[in-house]
Amino acid sequence: MSVIEQSAPVAAESLFRRNMAAFVENRLAFGSAIVVVLFVLMAIFAPWIAPNDPYATNLFFRLQPPVWMEGGDRAYPLGADALGRCILSRIIYGARISIFIGAAVILVATTIGILAGLAAGYLRGWVDVVISRLVDILLGFPYLIFAIGLMAMMGPGLGNIILALAYKEWVIPCRVVRGETLVTRELEYVEAARALGASGKHIMLREILPNILSPVIVVATIRMAHVIILEASLSFLGLGVQPPTASWGAMVADGRAFILESWWVSTFPGLAILLLVLAINVASQGLRDAFDPRFTE
Amino acid sequence: MTFTRFLERLLQLIPVLLGVSVIVFVMMALTPGDPVQIMIGDQIVTPEQEAQMRRDLGLDRPVVERFFVFLGNALQFDFGQSFYHRRPVSEVILERLPATIELTVVAMLIALFTAIPLGVLAAVRKNSIFDRIATVGGLLGVSLPGFWFGILLLMLFAVHLNLLPVAGRINYGISQGITPYTHFLLIDTLLNGRFDAFRNALAHIILPAITLGLPMTAILMRVTRTAMLEVLRADYVTFAQAKGLSRQRILWRHALKNALIPTVSVAAIETGSLLGGNMIIETVFGWPGLGRLVVESIFVRNYPLVQAAVLLYAVIYVMLNFFADILYTILNPRVKL
Repeated sequence: MSVIEQSAPVAAESLFRRNMAAFVENRLAFGSAIVVVLFVLMAIFAPWIAPNDPYATNLFFRLQPPVWMEGGDRAYPLGADALGRCILSRIIYGARISIFIGAAVILVATTIGILAGLAAGYLRGWVDVVISRLVDILLGFPYLIFAIGLMAMMGPGLGNIILALAYKEWVIPCRVVRGETLVTRELEYVEAARALGASGKHIMLREILPNILSPVIVVATIRMAHVIILEASLSFLGLGVQPPTASWGAMVADGRAFILESWWVSTFPGLAILLLVLAINVASQGLRDAFDPRFTE
Repeated sequence: MTFTRFLERLLQLIPVLLGVSVIVFVMMALTPGDPVQIMIGDQIVTPEQEAQMRRDLGLDRPVVERFFVFLGNALQFDFGQSFYHRRPVSEVILERLPATIELTVVAMLIALFTAIPLGVLAAVRKNSIFDRIATVGGLLGVSLPGFWFGILLLMLFAVHLNLLPVAGRINYGISQGITPYTHFLLIDTLLNGRFDAFRNALAHIILPAITLGLPMTAILMRVTRTAMLEVLRADYVTFAQAKGLSRQRILWRHALKNALIPTVSVAAIETGSLLGGNMIIETVFGWPGLGRLVVESIFVRNYPLVQAAVLLYAVIYVMLNFFADILYTILNPRVKL
């Protein structure tokens, strides 16, 4: 009896926990993860945090400088844009677009990538040929050009951006999953499951998938940073979310006309993109080092 | 690499290029709405003109036939008429292409010549302050949104310091009387012996090229650092040290030569992604290249041009990746394709 009780904490020391502990110990990465969480909270609670209505225009406050500059007003901490809208409030609301699109694209792409990668790597044969060819073809497009071409054809809009980015993004998790599956399917425990008569579906989803999930999650977090920059780039070109919806890329574009006298219009939204993307990049590098020692330099 | 392997690899390009053209064609064919109506927009056209447009686009024929016509025409670099410019699409594209190539090449050169020395130094002084700064710089480089960084550079160097021009490729007045031998301004100005114009063109290209090359610089620096760290642990470096060769000689002759293998192939692949960055950077800096033309064409719904440009970019990208592979095997004979 006492033997069982003593062994319990040992069993709790799972690989996941050990990796997680290694991640938390990496202070820079963990701090960055907290920054990412803060951005997410800011996006969720935007209506309560934002000092002003992000869509309310007030031409009296047109191109108002930030509060610490001469002529600044405490009502507009980071100043106002050309329509007299509060830049800080628009940045807070803009986080919703960046994070929602980033998360949605990664979720859709990773789901498709996992299913396609498992099918290609486990079933092999013609399924693998078809999926791998499609992957090769999609890799033949420079990412942004592919997305721009699709947006040009589909027209702007939230759903279309997610589609345009996900159309190509799934290829990346798919390649990772396929590669891992090719190795894993030859392992003894998979062979054992096959010998016990488990179905292909069961083996792919229950035996293989849980064991290859950590590189997939690591790749997903790294890619999220890319997707956020891509979305901002599309919005900057005017192909993304349409005005008046606040999106960081479009806000930077708005400020381009005023770089001579009103530097703050472009600068702050861009800073928000940089901070979020940098935090995701640092955090995902920490995740990678903790969870996938193969990648460690 | 044997010649047969090379041919095999070359043949593998065919399905990819075919697939790429199918996708570009489908992109266009699935556009909701009537493309002719969309292209006409607010312009006033006679029914005859409209019917002519429909015939020019081949819209009166079945989809599969249209694809093969499109493919056949594309192989002859015929992409139809740009209604907006009232000239063939291919002509408009060729006119803009040199500016884009020039910008891309300069960006690539800047990236290579800063990334390699920085990467080597970071590896040699591993865990030093310099290495840490380089690591942080590398992370910043891949996290900076190019369009924003470009605007910041413009605000600093063009607006506040007034050192560099805000937009364009060269001042109109200075560009007069230069014979365009190559259509690359940096070369043409020198061939014409016009050093004033060369300086002017250089001043125009420097900010966009730095902005465009920044992510590539960051990536190449990391690749060089990692490769160099690996090489410095290799036996032949220890052997070279044992022979008593000077540190500099070991670093720059023995180690770097091998460390550059991954750098060079990553550089070839990354040059392809510069193509995408072009659209953004050319828009920010008013650079009269193909990227900006595509973005402008989207807004005037000049679809034949967008389609042709996307196809062209994809083909260049596929070819660059192909050359990257070939280069890698030539440089590193141990690798088999």
